[in-house]
Amino acid sequence: MIKRKLVLSFPENIVTKPITYKLVKEFNLGFNILRAEITPNMEGKMLIELKGDKTQIEEAIKYLTDTGVTVQEAAKDIIIDKNLCIDCGVCTSICITQALTLDSKTHKLKFDKEKCILCELCLDSCPLSAIKVNI
Amino acid sequence: MSKTIEEINEKIKKGEVLVLNAEEIIDYVAEKGVKKTAKEVDVVTTATFSPMCSSGAFLNFGHADPPIKMTKVWLNDVPAYTGLAAVDAFIGAAEPSETEGLNYGGAHVIEDLISGKPVKLRAIAYGTDCYPRREIETYITKDTINQAYMFNPRNSSQNYNVATNSSSKTIYTYMGKLLPNFGNATYATAGQLSPLINDPYYRTIGIGTRIFLAGSDGYVSWYGTQHNPGKERLSNNIPLSSGGTLAVIGNLKDMSSKYLRACTFRGYGVSIFIGIGIPIPVLDEEMVEFLKIKNSEIYTEIIDYSVQRRNKPSYGKVNYEQLRSGKIKINGKTVQTGSISSYFIALEISNLLKNKIKTGNFYLTNFIAPIPLDEKYSDLSILSKEEL
Repeated sequence: MIKRKLVLSFPENIVTKPITYKLVKEFNLGFNILRAEITPNMEGKMLIELKGDKTQIEEAIKYLTDTGVTVQEAAKDIIIDKNLCIDCGVCTSICITQALTLDSKTHKLKFDKEKCILCELCLDSCPLSAIKVNI
Repeated sequence: MSKTIEEINEKIKKGEVLVLNAEEIIDYVAEKGVKKTAKEVDVVTTATFSPMCSSGAFLNFGHADPPIKMTKVWLNDVPAYTGLAAVDAFIGAAEPSETEGLNYGGAHVIEDLISGKPVKLRAIAYGTDCYPRREIETYITKDTINQAYMFNPRNSSQNYNVATNSSSKTIYTYMGKLLPNFGNATYATAGQLSPLINDPYYRTIGIGTRIFLAGSDGYVSWYGTQHNPGKERLSNNIPLSSGGTLAVIGNLKDMSSKYLRACTFRGYGVSIFIGIGIPIPVLDEEMVEFLKIKNSEIYTEIIDYSVQRRNKPSYGKVNYEQLRSGKIKINGKTVQTGSISSYFIALEISNLLKNKIKTGNFYLTNFIAPIPLDEKYSDLSILSKEEL
C-alpha cells in the first residue's frame, strides 16, 4: 500500500468523462481529491492523492495518460528557496492548510509538503520571490 | 543607583560588560527583579529586520574625463535623482525600473552594489563650458564608485498596525497580499525586540546615536519623516501604531547584503528589508521598566486596508503574542496572521550586536540632540491659495 500525490490535467474533450470513478472501480484505488478546478477555457485540473497497490497505481497512471490526462508528480511542486527566504512568515497567513508555518521556537519557516494542496496562493505573497512552483 | 554611558563604555573596554538582548532581559527581570537588573545589566540590544520603503543612498560617482554635469541618471535602468551637484545622485529604494517594472528597483540596485555586483550607470546632460560631456555609459561597483552612503529618511517605526481586508476581493498592499473576507492579517514589527518599543520616550536613542545599520556602524541622523510621538499611547507607554520613527545614515560600502534585502510586494511595488540594531544602555530602574516589555503587553490596532481612504476602520486591538501565535480573532472569526518582518533575522542582529559590544567592537554613544517628543504630524489637505 503506497500513497502518491498527483496533479491531473484534463483537456477539454475529456472533462466530462467519469475518470476518477474508473480509478476506484478498475484499479481498486482509494483517493482523496485535495483540490479541483475547471478553468474558463475548460481545462480541468485536479490534485489527487492516490492510495493503493504500487503496480495498480502505475497501471492507473498508464490508463490516465492513454485517456489524454496529463499526469504530474505533485510532491515536489512548491519549492521554498532557502537562499532567498528571510523567515518573515508572511506566507503563513495565506496558507489555508498550514503547510507553511513559523516554528515558535526557532522562528524559522517550516514547509510541510504533506499538507500542501498546491493552491498556489502563497506564490505571489512572498516579497523575496522565494516561493516557486516546479512544473 | 544609575550608570552613565561613560561607565558602561569603561566596562566594555575592560571586558566586564553584561549585555542581554531584548528577549533575554524579559526573563532576567522576571527572575531577579527590576532593582537587581538595573544594577547588573549594562546594555540591552534591540533589533528589527523589516521592509522600510523610505530608504535610499547618496552616491558620488567621481568625475569622468571630459566631465559631465548629470541631469538624468539611471542605474541598471532605475532612475536616480540628480538635481544636485554634477555627479551626486540619490537612488530611492522604492523607485521602479524603467525596463523591468516592479520586479527590479532602487532597492535591488542598492543590494547589487552592496554584494559587489557591477551596476550599469547611464547619464545624460545638456553640457556646459565646465562640464562639456553630454552622455555617459559605464559600469560601477562599490569598490570603484567614489562614495556611497545610505540615508534613510524613515526607518524603525516604533510600532505598526495590523492589516486585514473586509472586502470580497484580494488586495495587494505594502502590508502584503490580503485575502478577501478577513482571509488573513499581516503585521510589521519585531514587537518586543523592536528598538523604539524598548525606549518609548527616546531617553537614550537620539540624534548621533551609533547603531548597527545593515551590517555597518551607522548613526541616527535625525528623527524620521512622519515621526509622531504624540500618537495615542496605552498605559504601558507604547503608541498603538507608528509613533516615533528614525532617520539613519551609514556607509553603504561597509554593509552586508545579509542584512539588507531588496523585495517586491506584488501589485504594490519595490521595497527594502533593512536590518537595524540599537543598543540601549541600562541607565537606571526606569530603563529596566521599559526594557522588560514583552509581546503580550504590546498592542497594535487591526486596520481594514480595503477602505481606500486615509482614515480606515479599526477592528480593535491585539497584542504581539496573539499575532505571533499565528491566529487572531476579528469580529469573532479566526484569522491567520503573518509577519512581514523577520523576527529570526532581528534576533540574529540583536545577538550580533551583543557580541560586538561584549568583545569591545562596539561602544555606546551619548546622543548629541534628543528626538523630539512634541513634534506634530500633519496630513495633506487639498487647498487653494486662498484657503491656506
